[in-house]
Amino acid sequence: MGLTHSSSTKQGLKDLFNVEKTKNDDYVIALAGNPNTGKSTVFNSLTGLHQHTGNWPGKTVVNSQGKYGHNDKGFIIVDLPGTYSLLASSVEEIVARDFICFGKPDVTVVVLDATCIERNLNLLLQVLEITDKVVACVNLMDEAKSKNIKINIEALSKELGIPVVPTSARNNVGMNNLKDTIYNLCTNKIHTNPLQIKYPTDIEEELKQLTLMLNPMFMDKINTKWLALRLLDGDRSLIDSISKFLDYDLGISRKCI
Amino acid sequence: MKLKEDIDIKENIDKKEDIDIKEVLEKTKLFRSKNNENIRDTIVTTIYKTAEDITKKTVVKDTDRLLSQHKIDDIITSKKTGIPIMILMLAVIFWLTIQGANYPSQLLAKFLFWIEAKIGIFFIYIQVPLWLNNFLVLGVYRTFAWVVAVMLPPMAIFFPIFTLLEDGGYLPRVCFNLDHVFKKACCHGKQALTMCMGFGCNAAGVIACRIIESPRERLIAIVTNNFVPCNGRFPTLIALSMVFVGASFSSASSSIIAALMVVVLVLIGIGITLFTSYILSKTILKGMPSSFTLELPPYRKPQLGRVLYTSIIDRSMFVLSRAIIVAIPAGAITYILGNVMIGDISILAHAANFLNPFAKLIGLDGFILIAFVLGFPANEIVLPILLMAYLSKGSMLQFESISQLRDILLNNGWTYLTLINTMLFSLLHFPCATTVWTIKKETGSIKWTILSVLMPTAIAIIICFCTTQIYRLIF
Repeated sequence: MGLTHSSSTKQGLKDLFNVEKTKNDDYVIALAGNPNTGKSTVFNSLTGLHQHTGNWPGKTVVNSQGKYGHNDKGFIIVDLPGTYSLLASSVEEIVARDFICFGKPDVTVVVLDATCIERNLNLLLQVLEITDKVVACVNLMDEAKSKNIKINIEALSKELGIPVVPTSARNNVGMNNLKDTIYNLCTNKIHTNPLQIKYPTDIEEELKQLTLMLNPMFMDKINTKWLALRLLDGDRSLIDSISKFLDYDLGISRKCI
Repeated sequence: MKLKEDIDIKENIDKKEDIDIKEVLEKTKLFRSKNNENIRDTIVTTIYKTAEDITKKTVVKDTDRLLSQHKIDDIITSKKTGIPIMILMLAVIFWLTIQGANYPSQLLAKFLFWIEAKIGIFFIYIQVPLWLNNFLVLGVYRTFAWVVAVMLPPMAIFFPIFTLLEDGGYLPRVCFNLDHVFKKACCHGKQALTMCMGFGCNAAGVIACRIIESPRERLIAIVTNNFVPCNGRFPTLIALSMVFVGASFSSASSSIIAALMVVVLVLIGIGITLFTSYILSKTILKGMPSSFTLELPPYRKPQLGRVLYTSIIDRSMFVLSRAIIVAIPAGAITYILGNVMIGDISILAHAANFLNPFAKLIGLDGFILIAFVLGFPANEIVLPILLMAYLSKGSMLQFESISQLRDILLNNGWTYLTLINTMLFSLLHFPCATTVWTIKKETGSIKWTILSVLMPTAIAIIICFCTTQIYRLIF
């Protein structure tokens, strides 16, 4: 609650894509996560800003960007709206998906709530289908500890094939480790081998064929396997976004879906 | 940012490939129909299954603790106890605010008026002309001192408590409790959330309406947000309710009654919100409510340091500085209007006399209406302006205690009716300038902006008219 100076001057959703780099070698970091996992707290802790935080889902209605420096590099953090999935059933989900897919962030940090990893993994797994430059930030570790939830970070990292950093952002624990990991992934000092979800055989077979067809058009631009999956699912909004961000004229094709 | 390279690539693409995507889409369509359109389910199930497998391998949970949270939720969000608990909590918050604010308020006033005396002496010492001295000290500074002394202590108590509830995770439960009531009023359950934001600031509440996806329901939420008192109006309501219960503020029972008064007003506000939402969704904004999922977040132990920081520095100071910025010129204007004479009475009195017949009809007086109009930039200053107007024959008195406020109002012919109607009018009247500007920005429509000014004003006038008629029938 409360109109504070910062919330009244922040830009709206549509300005999300206006990332202004001060230097050309600034890295762009997207911050994704379920609602109410402490994304804003992670954001504040990284950037030293005081964006209003609160314990309720959907509290961040104004998007924000912030900056920090680490190891002589500049990082621009874009705080995406909190979502449970990227299956495009709401505006927030479309915005988050579009930024991860078309905004081409150098690294996407997915914030997970340590007290309910399972539900949070659904989003992370979907992000991994779009991009392999992902760091998982398991936040609220202090709370998980007080609730007697034990998370094997190493095993989780191995399962997912990406770096996993445990943090407790409100106590500023683990933030340096997170910054290091982001830095290392941006500068290609570490590499990821993200887990690929295995769909039933008939779907996988169909995806293989579709991917081959899509490759000449979209290779190097979108993860074509993911695109094939979304098209197979009949996701209309992605077609719109492709026309919008990649400037293809796919308008006529919409009836086919 | 990286779109340029995309455009370059686009130039390399010819029409032939556009046909390819058509083929792809045809192929997917065929596959979907072959599988009875069950693809989405299969995809989602696979993702969930994968997440479950990973969790099983990496997380060990203690289920007892989670159950205890469920038990709390069962009580707080139950149909029977949920709403009474909510009202009780509101009452306790207001009681704490009223009880706690009185003493620091007096202390602050003493300090600020001690400074005023020093400024006066200093001005005389550097030989500032008397009229300028009066204008600056009695007009400008005194308004400033009033605003700070009356508003800061309640804010400094109310905001941290409210933020504690927010951080602890209580607010989403409030929305959960109110959800089905809002559904009945044919509007979106999330409107309960935006309404709660409105308690902080209506402009913030209007911005928060972005979380409602359907344009119809968003408009309803925006237009009706003003009916819950924001923190600019809480101090006015709290001060007036303290006047209402009398002068003896040391006794605990009177502040309980004052707190209950504010609770009743808040409930009236919520009632009017629901009522107008219902009317709107049956007339100009017809439609059915859409459903949504509201996750009840876990209870978290709030961080005291952070709460104090955000609620005092970020919030109280923001509201206070806004009030002061507006109050100082308004104080100056009121002082001038109250001291420049046309004939044998001041401009202010002329205006008040002009408005009086209408004002009397709705149980107010001309000065009160002027105060509300001058308070349009920020609702915080309505009460200070009103007092200044009443005392404009001289200037505002030094603020010592609420009982003094009571005397001033009584001397100007206030009755219980005036008091109740002023509170109702404050609760229901047009939104402040910032909110109106935000509504214009959010709806992008002048029509809706005008409606959201006229509708509350009309409702305020009608309700005050009714209470006046009823009051006059009885007494």
